[in-house]
Amino acid sequence: MADLPEFLGSAEPPCRWLRTIVANRGTDTELGANTAPLAPRLEVRGLECVRADSLVFSALSFTVQGGEILQILGANGSGKTSLLRILSGLSQPTEGEFSWRGKGTAKDLQAWQRELLYVGHVAGVTATLSVSENLRYALALSGRCARLSLPEAIARVGLPGYAAVLAGRLSAGQRQRVALARLLLIPAAVWLLDEPLTALDPSGKILLEAMLRQHAQVGGLALVVTHQTLDIPAPYLRSLQLVSPEPL
Amino acid sequence: MTPALAILRRECLRLLRRSSQLVQPLIFFSLIAILFPFALGQQTELLRQTGPAAVWLSVLLATTLSLEDIFRSDFEDGSLEQCIITLDALPLACAMKSLAHWLTCLVPLIGMALLMSFVYDLTPDARRALISALLLGTPVFSLVGTVASALTVGVRGGALLMALLILPLYIPVLIFGASAVHHATLGLPTLGEHYFLAGLAVLAATLAPFATAAGLRARLS
Amino acid sequence: MFKTLHKYASPMHFFALARALTPWLFGISLVLFGVGLVWGLFLAPADYQQGESFRIIYVHVPSAWLSMFAYLVMAGGGALSLVWKIKLGDVIARAAAPLGASFTALALVTGALWGKPMWGTWWVWDARLTSELLLLFLYLGYLALQSAIEDRRAAARAGAVLAVVGIVNIPIIHYSVVWWSTLHQPATITKMGAPTMATSMLIPLLIMAFAFQLFFLALLLVRARCEILEFEQRAQWVKTLLGASDQSRGTR
Repeated sequence: MADLPEFLGSAEPPCRWLRTIVANRGTDTELGANTAPLAPRLEVRGLECVRADSLVFSALSFTVQGGEILQILGANGSGKTSLLRILSGLSQPTEGEFSWRGKGTAKDLQAWQRELLYVGHVAGVTATLSVSENLRYALALSGRCARLSLPEAIARVGLPGYAAVLAGRLSAGQRQRVALARLLLIPAAVWLLDEPLTALDPSGKILLEAMLRQHAQVGGLALVVTHQTLDIPAPYLRSLQLVSPEPL
Repeated sequence: MTPALAILRRECLRLLRRSSQLVQPLIFFSLIAILFPFALGQQTELLRQTGPAAVWLSVLLATTLSLEDIFRSDFEDGSLEQCIITLDALPLACAMKSLAHWLTCLVPLIGMALLMSFVYDLTPDARRALISALLLGTPVFSLVGTVASALTVGVRGGALLMALLILPLYIPVLIFGASAVHHATLGLPTLGEHYFLAGLAVLAATLAPFATAAGLRARLS
Repeated sequence: MFKTLHKYASPMHFFALARALTPWLFGISLVLFGVGLVWGLFLAPADYQQGESFRIIYVHVPSAWLSMFAYLVMAGGGALSLVWKIKLGDVIARAAAPLGASFTALALVTGALWGKPMWGTWWVWDARLTSELLLLFLYLGYLALQSAIEDRRAAARAGAVLAVVGIVNIPIIHYSVVWWSTLHQPATITKMGAPTMATSMLIPLLIMAFAFQLFFLALLLVRARCEILEFEQRAQWVKTLLGASDQSRGTR
């Protein structure tokens, strides 16, 4: 535990001014003081998803611990994206629930959302803002302190010299790299990645794999929807196969 | 930077950089406003009487057309999802969206309305009343319009639907706004209308952001 | 307390309750319609100013009342679903909307029909008629939103927000229209449903209002049952129910 970054070891946010805000919310600090920091652990129990009146999946249960990368596989329409959207808190499951650090998320969804980063089908990058403006905005929105400097993050995702370029001028793959820079920049215990490899070239895939490995090594966890084989060593990588229910 | 300020700054930057989005409502407004004389005739006295109504209607229509863009590009590029997941205080973000819309769309429109008041040859009193009533009434347009924009985000044929949803809700502002200018033309006091418009603006500012947040969550789930 | 409320608000229980209540509501409203119409159209005295044409109030006034009541029901359903996450709220809101729109349209048409002999014109910008017209547009907006969003649940959630926004706005719209119409028009027009109404005219009106109210509730329950079946089509009890009715049809 000792070499874990601070944000993974406890539910406490890493930033000083944020910590003062949390301290003001009396109950949070009391809880934090009385209970030992709970290990990062996502537990999904009996999740059911219905979309447009058809059952997408049901009775879905699994657990992911810190240090694990869960690759989600399944045919088209088996509910991979729906699962990530439910876990991100965007949509609600028709049945079931999930808990984070031992606490159900239904009551305090925001405590869970504060610790996750989501990269959806579309990168979440604004075309009329430059790369650095996009990242600075994402950082400000999260209210957290950056893990590394902005130019460093931009360089690591292979976009050095693009900081001042409008995101609208970038290719789809480059925009996806900006989304990856968000993962590097903002500290979060959980990554939810929906088809992060679609627009990326081979070097982008290698970059993402390296990022996922490092994330797992420091005790983070990630759920990745992709059909490609991920080059991540076995103890970190697990997979979950979603099976479409029989059509009626 | 706090999230609220970051959102406001980003919104303004985003809207200012897409200059066509900034200019088109203005052109549309001027065009509508100059259509009235063609339908009504060019007698100065008649135009002086109908001018306030023409300006208010043009502002209303130009606003309605601009509403669709409040959330559309954010919805398409995925930043709306990010916003909903990341932010603790979504209503605050929605309020900032409305504020940015008001600053970048309606404030220029009010400037244009001032220009139109000369075209319609309004009396100085009527001109003052028009601008002050617009300043008090247009925040309601932005705030309530943001709710409708949230509810129709990602819906095909959004512009017509938007007009259907929003125009009935704009009627109180239209009534009091146009009447303020009308009374000013006649030399009557207009304080009552201004109070009422201010009241509507305060009410909208308190409630609309929450409705917007609920609408966004409903649309993106 | 909320536990028990949730139990009664469960679609299955509500469905059974609605099925049991519907024939009673239809029956009673039919009887009341008979009594009210005969009394109102034949027995009640003619108005000394308006003659026989006043009798349209026995349709106009109840439908105008219902047009507002239905919006209240719709917004109440929306609030149930938004605030307390009770699914039944969506069902009720979606069931009430077309009914409310129909009653509003009925009130407008009868208002216009009444206006012709009274004012010599089909339409005047009277505060009540104008508010009623705007109410119709609020309903149409809700219905348009419902049909624009394909997924039923998503449509209901967006509609709930719109209905609540609408209910906050209705009093504002109404009073600004009242203010506007007194401002621009001489207040010589006789108000509809004059407050000093002869008892012999009032009693059939109240009977008709009750008949309309029960009729509305009966229709609401029928529509709500359809909505429940659609919302819950995957639930076991719905499958059993529909399967059973299929079988009974098969044996016949």
